[in-house]
Amino acid sequence: MEERQTSIAQLQSIFTETGFPYFIVPLEKVFSLPTSALIPGTSEADSSHSSYKLAVNQYTKENQTLREEKVVCGVSQLRIEDCSAQQTLALERLFSSLKTLTAKEEMLQMLRQHLILHVARENNFSKVMMGESCSRLAVKLLSNIAVGRGAALASDTGFCDLRFGDVVIVRPMRDYSSKEITFYSRIFRVPSVFIPGLDTKNHDKASIQSLTERFVTNLQADFPSTVSTIYRTSEKLQTTKTPQDQSAASDSKCLLCLCALDAKTNNASAFNATLISEQLSQRKLREAAVDSSRQCCVEDQTCVPGVCCSSNRNPAPTELNTFVCYSCGLMVRDMEEENSLPSYILTEAAKRQSRSLQKQQIMEFLLEDDD
Amino acid sequence: MAAPIGLHLEFGGGAELLFDGVKNHHITLPDRSDPWDMKQLLVWIRGNMLKERPELFLQGDTVRPGILVLINEADWELMGELEYQLQDKDNVASQGYGQEQGLIKRVTLSSQCPDGIPREIVD
Repeated sequence: MEERQTSIAQLQSIFTETGFPYFIVPLEKVFSLPTSALIPGTSEADSSHSSYKLAVNQYTKENQTLREEKVVCGVSQLRIEDCSAQQTLALERLFSSLKTLTAKEEMLQMLRQHLILHVARENNFSKVMMGESCSRLAVKLLSNIAVGRGAALASDTGFCDLRFGDVVIVRPMRDYSSKEITFYSRIFRVPSVFIPGLDTKNHDKASIQSLTERFVTNLQADFPSTVSTIYRTSEKLQTTKTPQDQSAASDSKCLLCLCALDAKTNNASAFNATLISEQLSQRKLREAAVDSSRQCCVEDQTCVPGVCCSSNRNPAPTELNTFVCYSCGLMVRDMEEENSLPSYILTEAAKRQSRSLQKQQIMEFLLEDDD
Repeated sequence: MAAPIGLHLEFGGGAELLFDGVKNHHITLPDRSDPWDMKQLLVWIRGNMLKERPELFLQGDTVRPGILVLINEADWELMGELEYQLQDKDNVASQGYGQEQGLIKRVTLSSQCPDGIPREIVD
């Protein structure tokens, strides 16, 4: 806890020097996110060129006045004491229920993204810039393919991520390798804070991500064109816009990562074969799991009220998989207790499940578009 | 016949975790008949300073890929890498720049909010 406080103090001193407003949000806040974090918003109409110029002019004027008055911009800051010990425990429980480090890193990535999205929406930001360098994106590209997120590559590693509708995520640093950035920071004495992550000081083969990173870094040492080749390849990736995507039906998007659902394939696919073999081998385990989930409301005191105790039961473990894409499904399947997921995910999943049940019931009365 | 050499060592970007979190070290290399070079310095660091997990800093004879070494603020590749002869009052800095030891862990900025003033979020 003290390390956290010292890092926060260091970060704060760096931020106040820049003069921009800053937000320090603890990861525990993930447990108080609303379900809107999972729903893509509608974007405003594209502004024309003239209004961009006006906006820039206005900004430079305001900046000058700000500098003259030397006003510190309104700094809003969530203090670390705001997150309760219960939320910290819930977070620890969530991460300890994931067995592999790969899944933990994926989960961390996803939770961070939702949190950033939520803070951006709360403060009406239309764009978010992430600081991923070329090298980091190259590693991310390869490790995403390895964990099964190949379908979302264009959004995860491209310059512009349009999945979330109203908030656009851009990556301006993707042209610079980490070596260049290191040199720059060193020469221009950019203050930085190093915070140990999940995979710091871990064995190289502890997770898919660290293995990929080690591979790329070692290859880069002998063949300096590795990272830039991977980067050029990723530049050519684009998401295809099928008519289905443009209808903005949230049912066709993954619950967790908001990319197109790729796990709904026809019965003759290889993916379906793996599903069937998994179901056959787990049939006995599933009956035991359903019994234990019924008892969860009574025994488990950290259940969020309103989720377990409502008439909508939590979806059984296998049903959550129908709303997520392949790689998120792998991560969810890796969890021992699905109930340790934050409540906003569980409520959204329950809502989608009831919606799909309703749709099944009225299926014969619905008119399809091609009728 | 080399006199004892005083060096200033710096570790950053996560490399300091292997040295008890201490970023700056002043060391004095003892007297030796041959002049000190980087190779021997690395061996000396391994023997005397590295508290844990030597394989995260060194790989064989040289440093692990993902660690940048600067001698007097210049890339050591320009100075001859392992063959560079150390001189008194040299400044040797090792910066980790691999992903898990990233300098800029996560910097998030946002712009073009309705009133036109860019704001910054970092977590």
